[in-house]
Amino acid sequence: MPASEPALTTGGRRRPAPAAPAGPPRRRRRRRVRAWLPGLVLLTPSIVAIGVFVYGLIGWNLRLALSSKTTDISPAHFVGLRNFTRLWGEERWNLAVRHAVLFTVVFVGGALLLGWLLALLLDKGMRAEAGFRAVYLFPMAISFIATGIVWRWLMNPAPPERAVGLNALFQRLGLGFLANDWWQNDRWGMAAMAVPAVWQMAGYVMALFLAGFRSVPEDLREAARVDGCSEWQVYRYVVFPQLRPVTLSALIILGHISLKVFDLVVAMSGKQIITDVPAVYMWQMVFDAHNPAKGAAIATYMLLAVAVLILPYLIWTLRSERRS
Amino acid sequence: MQRMRWRAAMALLAAGSLVLAGCGGGDNQGGGGGTPGASKVEVFSWWTGGGEAKGLEAMVADFKAKHPEIQFVNAAVAGGSGTNAKAVLASRLQANQPPDSFQGHAGAELQDYIKAGQLEELDSFYDENQLRSVFPQQLVDQITFEGHVYSVPVNIHRSNVLWFSPQVLAEAGLSGPPTTVAEFISALKQVKQKTKKIPLSLGAQWTADHLFENVLLGDLGADGYNALWKPGADWSGAPVTKALQDFAEILTYTTTEAASTDWQLAAKNVVDGKAAFNIMGDWAAGYFKELKKTPDKDYKYAAAPGTDGVYLWLSDSFTLPKNAKDRPAALEWLKECASKQGQDLFNPQKGSIPARTDADTSLYKDYLAWALQQWKSSKLAGSFWHGVTANNQWHTDIDTAVGLFLNSRDVGKFQSALVEAAKNDAG
Amino acid sequence: MTVLARRPPSLRSSGGRRLGAVRFVLLLGFVVLFLIPLYVLLATSFKPLEEADPSRAWSLPRTWTLEGWRAALDALAPALWNSVKLAVPGAAISAVLGSLNGYVLSKWRFPYADAVFAAFLFGMFIPYQAVMIPLVQLMTKTHLIGGIPGLVLAHVVYGIPICTLIFRNYYATIPDELLEAARVDGAGMLRAYASVVLPNSGPAFAVVLIWQFTSMWNDFLFAVFLTGPASWPATVQLNNIAGSMVVPYGQQMAAAILASLPTLLVYVLLGRFFMRGLMAGALKG
Repeated sequence: MPASEPALTTGGRRRPAPAAPAGPPRRRRRRRVRAWLPGLVLLTPSIVAIGVFVYGLIGWNLRLALSSKTTDISPAHFVGLRNFTRLWGEERWNLAVRHAVLFTVVFVGGALLLGWLLALLLDKGMRAEAGFRAVYLFPMAISFIATGIVWRWLMNPAPPERAVGLNALFQRLGLGFLANDWWQNDRWGMAAMAVPAVWQMAGYVMALFLAGFRSVPEDLREAARVDGCSEWQVYRYVVFPQLRPVTLSALIILGHISLKVFDLVVAMSGKQIITDVPAVYMWQMVFDAHNPAKGAAIATYMLLAVAVLILPYLIWTLRSERRS
Repeated sequence: MQRMRWRAAMALLAAGSLVLAGCGGGDNQGGGGGTPGASKVEVFSWWTGGGEAKGLEAMVADFKAKHPEIQFVNAAVAGGSGTNAKAVLASRLQANQPPDSFQGHAGAELQDYIKAGQLEELDSFYDENQLRSVFPQQLVDQITFEGHVYSVPVNIHRSNVLWFSPQVLAEAGLSGPPTTVAEFISALKQVKQKTKKIPLSLGAQWTADHLFENVLLGDLGADGYNALWKPGADWSGAPVTKALQDFAEILTYTTTEAASTDWQLAAKNVVDGKAAFNIMGDWAAGYFKELKKTPDKDYKYAAAPGTDGVYLWLSDSFTLPKNAKDRPAALEWLKECASKQGQDLFNPQKGSIPARTDADTSLYKDYLAWALQQWKSSKLAGSFWHGVTANNQWHTDIDTAVGLFLNSRDVGKFQSALVEAAKNDAG
Repeated sequence: MTVLARRPPSLRSSGGRRLGAVRFVLLLGFVVLFLIPLYVLLATSFKPLEEADPSRAWSLPRTWTLEGWRAALDALAPALWNSVKLAVPGAAISAVLGSLNGYVLSKWRFPYADAVFAAFLFGMFIPYQAVMIPLVQLMTKTHLIGGIPGLVLAHVVYGIPICTLIFRNYYATIPDELLEAARVDGAGMLRAYASVVLPNSGPAFAVVLIWQFTSMWNDFLFAVFLTGPASWPATVQLNNIAGSMVVPYGQQMAAAILASLPTLLVYVLLGRFFMRGLMAGALKG
């Protein structure tokens, strides 16, 4: 049952409201309401909390983004989308967006690929499987500050005569051609920034995919084998098609982390233009330059970017749930 | 059914009261336990490590000895030049829950707080403690905004210091440190040609900002540099263009891995004999002392090229926020910061010279002795990067311009960005 | 309750065994790659100040010393306790709340439940730095700021979306017939929860507890904004170890490992249930 379910948000058949007992219409309606009301009541504290802490604050932010409050003491008049449109005329904003896109593509793609590969390697069972899983999962436990400290050393781009970190290791192993300038590279620097992020999250993606692989019923696989499929063909035609929900879940989780990336970038390189991303730009506008409206506009863009990534998916799953 | 819903309601009520009970303990704004009514002074700073923390501790110990009834809450948060501390501070100020005092660079950096009405004037405090006669006039002028003073400077740091390695200079055939920017560039060339060492050791972007202000000062001189920070200043002229071109050329003699390097490791290259020059503020002296390196043997210092006779200063200072919870205690803390004893306990540890002119000079040795003497005899220029002459918006805009310049090395674009920044943000 | 733990087929053929050997070697290769940073962290943590330098990252310590560890422990000890006070109740409350929410949204639906759920999910996506200032203002007005309880509240609230999601998907795999049977027996919403749903929730609790514990333990932003020096968790203290003068790399790395140990411990303890939870559909649906 689970493997064929559509994805992240539904997780199940649409369950009709508890059946209303028979009786005169008003009592029936009251009983129907009484049927689902307790659920709503139980959910109410969460609804209120989310309403205030999420939507209330998003509203506050949006109002600020649409205002003229570009210094701490400016008046806050409504100026429409001026703060939003002005950003695109800035070199820094365009650079930050480019960096975020490159980082997202490499991080999400890399983590998905590596996680998938590790899960594939572990799927058929292995001696010390729990040990392998533990090693791949442990980076997730380490805080970004620690990750930043050590990966900063590892990805140092000093030239060969002063090489340290991975470049030095490559040299010692005779793999000198692999040495490069990592996140200081002009065009592909942010791809290097994604390496520690992939290291942190690949294990988690592996766990997701492993669960996905293993919940494909064995009888389905047996049936395919009996029909003459090789093991690889079993994977390709039976297992992988079932993985769409898992892949989409992983994509959502990785995507939203990546578009908001801040801690890792700051831990690795501080706040430098060479690794600028929208979240760092926003921080500097809000806390260094004291330009609240601009910071709020950047934050709104970040929220929109994640929404654009998630909403079509949400609509698709809710619609397919209603259909089934 | 009725009983179930009743039970649900009870459960929610129980949960709610648990949360509230837990919340009761959260009402103290950052302080520890302490008896109600006890005096408490909460001080924000970013001095969390090394000599800075030791200096702060020494001053705090003296404060505690003088005021045993006041509990000192050290709310220092680390982060490059206080980025985290300032962020938390901003949120507290906006929520009208200021700490009792906070560290800030004396000068334009405090303007946003002043204009937003978040700081109290300290004119009467200065008069009561006779501070106007004890702080240098130029210093007090620079921290006066619209006729009032808003902070108490504790120390003075110098930005325009050139640290160099006598061994590497000898190897390159240089007889001494360069005294003008042009000499500096040819010295760098000579180091590159004659040795395999790094000509100029540089760190992450902010050290490039720091280098930039030194090149500006070196090429424009104190008057030219000081004029740049007045409203209506001309950043588009030829002198600035020349300075930017020099800056561009100097950058070609730095390391490729600069962006990945902390300022400490960049400075360490000089004392380790791996690099010829490093331009960094005089907090490097304290760092070299902790590394147990000896001046004159492992390293030497001079004014940055072209800036001899000018003191490019910056100052850490403490403020009095409006609506501080314990105003009397905060004032006692400020008195400690302004006192001769406090400053003489803090500064030798931190590696800076005191703001007061009546300090005990025997406590300041080696580099600090030289700095003290220079401070008395030099023309003053305020460091823009360290918050004296440029307000927060301007500071960020110049930083962005420098960062983009490091990527593009386009002097024309850099200059127009600086002109734009001056136009938008000055005053 | 269906937990489809598929037993891997035995590798009978010699080709299968060879393939297995190749897989083992590849997996081992990845293990080495994954552990490289840990090696650098560990090696540096045992080095004295002069040796703890990026240029010597790969060599083992010439002089092994515990000074980094001692300094890290001194600096972190009080903060570690704060982190425990934060992450343990926080994760527990998150799990309970998520479980109840997931139960309602999957089994006890009300009109527009889907819209409410989608609205919850959207809450995962705000960039938190953007709302720190109003959040501080909000929590100041409600007297929740400055201590661990306020921090727990903030984390629990912002954790509602992901915890609800996990439980909702997990409970969807519980057959409705079981709940029908309980209702026929006269159980209301909560009794059905206690008797049918809760006993089978173990793996989902594991997933949520691990996720929330990790995110609360490793968070810096909320901790530094919403608490004060007496209540700072380990991450803030870890950040403070990086003072702005001499960066004591050995101590930093020791502190980084120390700060990560409790989370690793939670993984070790709950790891098995974590996998079971994922396989039962907690996060894939």
